[in-house]
This record gives sequence, structure tokens and C-alpha cells, in this order.
Amino acid sequence: MTDLIQILTHPDYQFLRNALIVGLLASISFGIIGTYVVTKRISYLAGAISHSAFGGIGAALYLNRTYGLSWLDPMMGAVVSALAAAIITGLVSIYAREREDTVIGAIWSVGMAAGLIFIDLTPGYFEISSFLFGDILLISSKDIIMVLVLDTFIVATTLLFYNRLLAVCFDDEFATLRGINAHGYYIFLLCLTALTIVLLVRIVGIVMVIALLTLPAAVAGKFTTRMWKMMLLSIFFCMAFNTAGLGLGFFQGLSSGPSIIIIAGLTYLMVISLQKFKELIKNRS
Amino acid sequence: MGYLLYPPKNIVHHWGKIPKKWGGNSSKCKLSKKGSQLSSGTINSVEPTQAVEIKNVSFAYQQRKVLRDVNLSVPRGDFATIVGPNGGGKTTLLKLLLGLLKPNSGTIRIFGKPPEKNRCKIGYMPQYSHLDMQFPVTVMDVALMGRLGKGRWDRYSALDKNAAATALGEVKMDTFKKTHFNALSGGQKQRVLIARALCSEPELLLLDEPTSNIDQESEKDLFKILKRLNQRMTILLVSHDLGFTSQVVKSVICVNRQVVIHPTTTIDGTMIKDIYGGDLKMIRHDHRCCEMGHLHD
Repeated sequence: MTDLIQILTHPDYQFLRNALIVGLLASISFGIIGTYVVTKRISYLAGAISHSAFGGIGAALYLNRTYGLSWLDPMMGAVVSALAAAIITGLVSIYAREREDTVIGAIWSVGMAAGLIFIDLTPGYFEISSFLFGDILLISSKDIIMVLVLDTFIVATTLLFYNRLLAVCFDDEFATLRGINAHGYYIFLLCLTALTIVLLVRIVGIVMVIALLTLPAAVAGKFTTRMWKMMLLSIFFCMAFNTAGLGLGFFQGLSSGPSIIIIAGLTYLMVISLQKFKELIKNRS
Repeated sequence: MGYLLYPPKNIVHHWGKIPKKWGGNSSKCKLSKKGSQLSSGTINSVEPTQAVEIKNVSFAYQQRKVLRDVNLSVPRGDFATIVGPNGGGKTTLLKLLLGLLKPNSGTIRIFGKPPEKNRCKIGYMPQYSHLDMQFPVTVMDVALMGRLGKGRWDRYSALDKNAAATALGEVKMDTFKKTHFNALSGGQKQRVLIARALCSEPELLLLDEPTSNIDQESEKDLFKILKRLNQRMTILLVSHDLGFTSQVVKSVICVNRQVVIHPTTTIDGTMIKDIYGGDLKMIRHDHRCCEMGHLHD
């Protein structure tokens, strides 16, 4: 324990502190949005959104280097393309029900492809694996502020629209009949998902972020019967996974992103196997 | 299931003339006492006598025509069933009534106004099988959704909670308030969804397949509840199970691309043959005839 405190207060490990703080704070957004994604069954859409964020990252890098737009951060590109993907996938899933999966699959891979092409076109060499798989060394104190802003926004939104969002996720047709703009709220929810995803791309990367969004909520869903309890519990699980993963990565010299995901995945697997096991025993007796 | 696919051409020809006749008949029906609002925008601003009025409505999903020249009126206080084979357009008709779909031609009026303008007067019970069964909601959460609405604060007031509790009491589900929705039986889920619809104090209750996926006993309870509710609201339900409904229902609307209304007294073998088409065998028992589930070959 004293070791841990020493490490966390040591000036050389500023990056680890930042990563831990961002991980803990982002868990608030992740727990809330993850619960919506899991209960509304849109993790596939969230996957497309996160992968298409790479298109924006590539485009931002390209514009940055080629046209000297030094203010253009790759993360800004990610936000723009993730939001665009959120709106497109949302509209597709509302209006083109039959071909939904095809279109979403296309957005998924075209987003990735566009990012890679932009990076090809950009002069100089880039280490793209930090975007794909996360790199905690990239986290700065600026990220902490961004996470705090998004947390505040998402918590406020959830407090203000909790019942509406619950009705929209449970039964959008009925919500529409009650005069609620169900499609509007749905697109809004996807946009919040996009922003949340971009936030944690730094830690776990584009490819794995979807697991960190859905696994804590999926685990939490096994223990609760109400939406708000599921949110609180998935915030807790997300915090635990982030912290444990960062710790494991740091002490064992492993990449932190994959460590977090492995811990989350194993926990989920354990919870569902235990539940199945319990059911089996119950049925037998 | 082959017998359900009846060539629609014959039906069009045969049923084409009937709607007007029954449409004319139904206007004689009495008004229900409830409801005091005036229909605005019409020339004679009297209270509309028809809960549902459909004139020359056609609807197609892209290329596929589903409904053709539908004329239909359901008077206030009626208890009507929409029956017909699968794929005959029942659910489409229901969605048109709810304003979730727009007709390609023709007009639909609910208490004298377009459906989307009068949604506050419609209570709707969907099929529970369409809902995600693992969704984290309690019975009370579901019932309270019926209190949501445009231009109101998102939080539920004590009044809302009272209304939801009363509605749950009306369908005898008030002891399950804190139960996970998923833990209920099919019949109980359906009753909770009816309570949700009742929460908004509707004047017209639309139910989608309330008799599917529930056992006989629940079915009986359900119709007892509906019969009581019918004293203060118009009820319109969709079912593929005609035989059962004939005991409580006042009129039957048959949908197979076209629409025909029958009073329940005229339900007999020939009519059922007309609706479902061709060669099907029927078994009659306790004044009921069931076209499905009782087929013996």
C-alpha cells in the first residue's frame, strides 16, 4: 500500500496519475452511456461509431501537416467524425431497418479505411497503434478537464431526461405516442455515445473501447432490476476495471489498454458462468 | 399455413361493396356518455360520434400494397376486433390508427382529428414480445411511462404515481409494483402494459394481439378487465384468434387487404372462410369456433 502511494506521488509517474484520474472520471460517463448502449442493444452501432473515429483522426493529422493547421488536434477530428457517424448510423437504423447491419458494417470499415488513407497521404511517420490500442503516455492534464466537462454534461442530461430516455430505450413506439420525440432522443443518445467513446480512445484505443463501454454495464445488468442502479453499478465496475488494468499493466510491464479489457472480459465471463452454474444447480434440485 | 394465403383478388371483388353498408349502419350506434370536448376545425362543431373513421385509405410498403380502399368507422363505446390472416394488414391498420404510419391516400380521423393530433386520447398496448425482456425496469417504472407527455417536467409527481398505482390496481397488478417486469408471466406483462395505457386516461384503447402467448386462464381475466373498461372507453383490438373474441366483442372488422365490418351475431363458418380463405376445418365448442390451434387433419 505504501509502495502504491509512493508510486502515485512520485514526480516521474505523472503519466500514471493522469491515466488513473482520467480512467476514474471517465468511468462516470462510461457507466451511464454504457447502460444505455447495452439496454437499447446498440453496441454494434457504438462499434461503428468508434471505428469511424479513426477516419477523423487521420483527416485531422493530414490537414494539420499538409495545410499547417497546427491547432487541429487529432482528437478534434475524432470528435467530428464520431458525431457524424453517430448521426448517420442513427438515421440508418431508424429509416432503413432491413439493411441496417450492412450500412453500419460499411460505416465501420470505411471509417477505418479513410483514416489509414489520410495517414498514407500525410508526410512523415506516425505511430498509429497508440490510437488503435491506446497509450496512457499520451494523456495530459488537458484530457482531465475534457473528461470533467463531459461528465458534467452527461450527468446533467441523465438527471434532466432520465424518464424520457428510459421510455425511449424501453419502447420507442410508445414514447412517440406519448408525444416524446423518440427519434430525436435516440440520435442525441448516439451523439453522447460518440463523445464518450472518443474520450477513452486515449486509454484503451479505438478497437477495444467498445468493450469498456459495454462490459461494465453488462456485468451490472446481471445484478439489478432498475436502470439507475445499473448505471451506478456499472460506473463502479468501470472504475474497478480501469484501475485494476492500469495497475496490472504498470507492475507487469504490459500495455494498459489490453490489460483493462482482459480484466473486464474475464469478469463478465465469470459472472455469466456463475449465473448459469447457479441455474443448473437450481434446476437439478 | 398455406390456407391463410387467400388470393386477394377474389376478396377485393367480393368485399368491395360491403363497407358502405356497414359504415352506414354503424352511425346509428349511440354515443358513449364520456368525453366533453368539441371537435375543432370541422364545419359542424358537434362532438364526433365516431371514435375511428377511415375513408378510402390505401397503404403500401414501397412496392407491396398492404391495404386498399379501406373504409371503416368505429362508433364511440364500441368493442371491436380486427381479425384476419397473418400478413393481411392488421398491424399496419393499427399503426395507421396510431399515426405511426401515414396512408398513401385517404383520411383517418380519431375523434374527428388526425391521429397524431389526438394521440393523447389513445391508449396503446403493444405485444410484449416486441420488448427487450432483460430491460432493467420494474412494473411501476413501466406503468409510469404512460404519464409521460409533451411539455411536462421529466420527474413524476405524486399525482403521476397515484394515477399509475390506480391503473395497476384496475388490472389487479398493484401488488407487483416493485417486481422486475421480466419476472412476470405473459398475461401479467400484458396487464401491466394495459395499465400503462390506462395511465393517460384514454378514450380509445388499442390492443395488439392481447391473446397471443398467454394461457386460457389469463385470457379470461384479461377479457373481464376489458369488458369493464369498455363501459368508459372504446376498445379496438387486433387478433388472429377470432373464435374467442366473439363472446365479448360487439363487432368484428376483417382485414385482408380490404376491410369489412360484421356484428358478432353474424359470425359463422362462411364468414370465417371468407376471411381466412379456402379449405380450413373448424371445430365448434361452447359457442366458440377457433380457426387455429384446433385444426385436425
